[in-house]
Amino acid sequence: MTLHLDVVVATRDVRATLDLGDGETVAILGPNGSGKSTLLATIAGIVRPDTGSATLDGTTLFDTASGTWRPPHDRGTALLAQDPLLFPHLTVLDNVAFGPRSARIARSEAHVIARRWLDEVDAGDLAGRKPSQLSGGQAQRVAIARALAADPHLLLLDEPMAALDVTVVPAMRQVLKRVLAGRSAVIVTHDVLDALLLADRVVVMEAGRVVEQGPTKDVLARPRSSFGAGIAGLNLARGQVESGTVRTRSGLVVAGLHHDATVPDGQQAVAVFSPSAVSVHREQPGGSPRNVFATTVRELEPRGSQVRVQTDELSADVTAPVVAELDLMPGTPVFLAVKASEVSIYSA
Amino acid sequence: MSVPRWVYVPAAAGALFIVLPLVAMAARVEWSQFFSLIGSDSSRAALWLSLRTSAASTVLCVVLGVPMALVLARTTFRGQGALRSLVLLPLVLPPVVGGIALLYTFGRKGLLGETLDVLGWQIAFSTTAVVIAQTFVSLPFLVVSLEGSLRTAGQQYEVVAATLGARPTTVLRRVTLPLVLPGLAAGAVLSFARALGEFGATITFAGSLEGVTRTLPLEIYLQRETDPDAAVALSLLLVVVAVLVIGLVRGTRSSAL
Repeated sequence: MTLHLDVVVATRDVRATLDLGDGETVAILGPNGSGKSTLLATIAGIVRPDTGSATLDGTTLFDTASGTWRPPHDRGTALLAQDPLLFPHLTVLDNVAFGPRSARIARSEAHVIARRWLDEVDAGDLAGRKPSQLSGGQAQRVAIARALAADPHLLLLDEPMAALDVTVVPAMRQVLKRVLAGRSAVIVTHDVLDALLLADRVVVMEAGRVVEQGPTKDVLARPRSSFGAGIAGLNLARGQVESGTVRTRSGLVVAGLHHDATVPDGQQAVAVFSPSAVSVHREQPGGSPRNVFATTVRELEPRGSQVRVQTDELSADVTAPVVAELDLMPGTPVFLAVKASEVSIYSA
Repeated sequence: MSVPRWVYVPAAAGALFIVLPLVAMAARVEWSQFFSLIGSDSSRAALWLSLRTSAASTVLCVVLGVPMALVLARTTFRGQGALRSLVLLPLVLPPVVGGIALLYTFGRKGLLGETLDVLGWQIAFSTTAVVIAQTFVSLPFLVVSLEGSLRTAGQQYEVVAATLGARPTTVLRRVTLPLVLPGLAAGAVLSFARALGEFGATITFAGSLEGVTRTLPLEIYLQRETDPDAAVALSLLLVVVAVLVIGLVRGTRSSAL
């Protein structure tokens, strides 16, 4: 199973390409409205792209150049959305058997397949129930079984855990991890844990464009997009290299260590550092080689034993006593300092 | 929301306006002779004809109306708004006008009538004409009711069914229709009721031939001249049927929720 997708959906300002290898699970991450779900919907055949093409296993799903359009039922791409959308008039067993039955498999055999998938998602005991008698987590597990029972070439998951109670999410993630192993799937999510646990590779989308992609751990360790840095919990400054430092469009100049290879002057690069490496001062600090940024506190947010100090562009993690000592509150002018040795610079 | 107290006065007047005539009619019924009045040969023939033709026109409404509602609710095309308004026309048209229109379509000298006549099929003033007249006036009830149900149900389940590999006909049969079944049943019951009460189009297009085209409303209208007691008794019979129909619709509506 391989997928190649290249689409433009003008009304939603989405222009993106996506490739998927055999048995690979890709997570599409990005803020709300970045076009993640639209991309998925073009693969499933629910949204018609303005231009572009998609091939799945050498079969053309659509190609605007030649006017090819394969209808959703003929694509082999089962879609699981936030809402389980179990057919309310059918029992759990008949819901799961719906895909096999649509493939003209006899009822009794379809029921055998359905039971197998229900067991696979630990929902075998729910077979006789109606969807209205299920909890949110149970319904979503049944929906997973229903999607898998349709024997899709490619499984599309659109924020499958976004509507679930937080208490059932870990169990659901375990179920997904089990059923996605070795399966070709695209999962849209905004949760970094999904990407870490379920995906081999992540694709980060912002404003309808793919802004970075790569193996999950690389993107989290070395983000190149602000969204990627956000989910990795890192500060990111993007700009042009000037005498070894990164100068952002907003005027920050960040010095740091060039990883891998030195980025030549004039090229685009990102400077990335952890909020915990940033110290906060009321007076301009002097001395050792540091990056110092004059800015204003925008928000204070507790994070475990630390307090995240969010300023205009960057953030710092400090302890509660420090916040008290410096008398920080939104609107306080501060200086943020970070050692150049704590900053990684690499090409964007 | 709390209703202003004065609203209850006109509301009660309205309710009285509807209930009082029914009470007045029931008060005039000769209860001792009720069953002999509604049991006469001509009455029974009219009732039997009404039930048969109304059932037949309800079936026709379902056969024609379900595809119409699907096209109106699930597709978009130029002129769809105009078509929707045209479908509603029989609802607001005086039935006698509908009867005249049908006469100039299916009558012996009508648009299609001459062709049908050549084929040896004369429709006007036959039981078929009764069914056609009843279908003409009651079709909008089914289409409107079902189109509303289809829009309320939305397309999300149909999309899921398609991604699971179901062809459009399978989606229609296994997902769309079962989900709107209460709306379809309500529409069919309303169509049946409208067909049962049909008078103007029937008398214009089908005439009033005992046992062939004289349905219960026509029978009541004729009896009113000769035997007012029988007319009142038959009217009450229709009221009872109407109440049963409303109960059926309410039943299917509430089970839908």
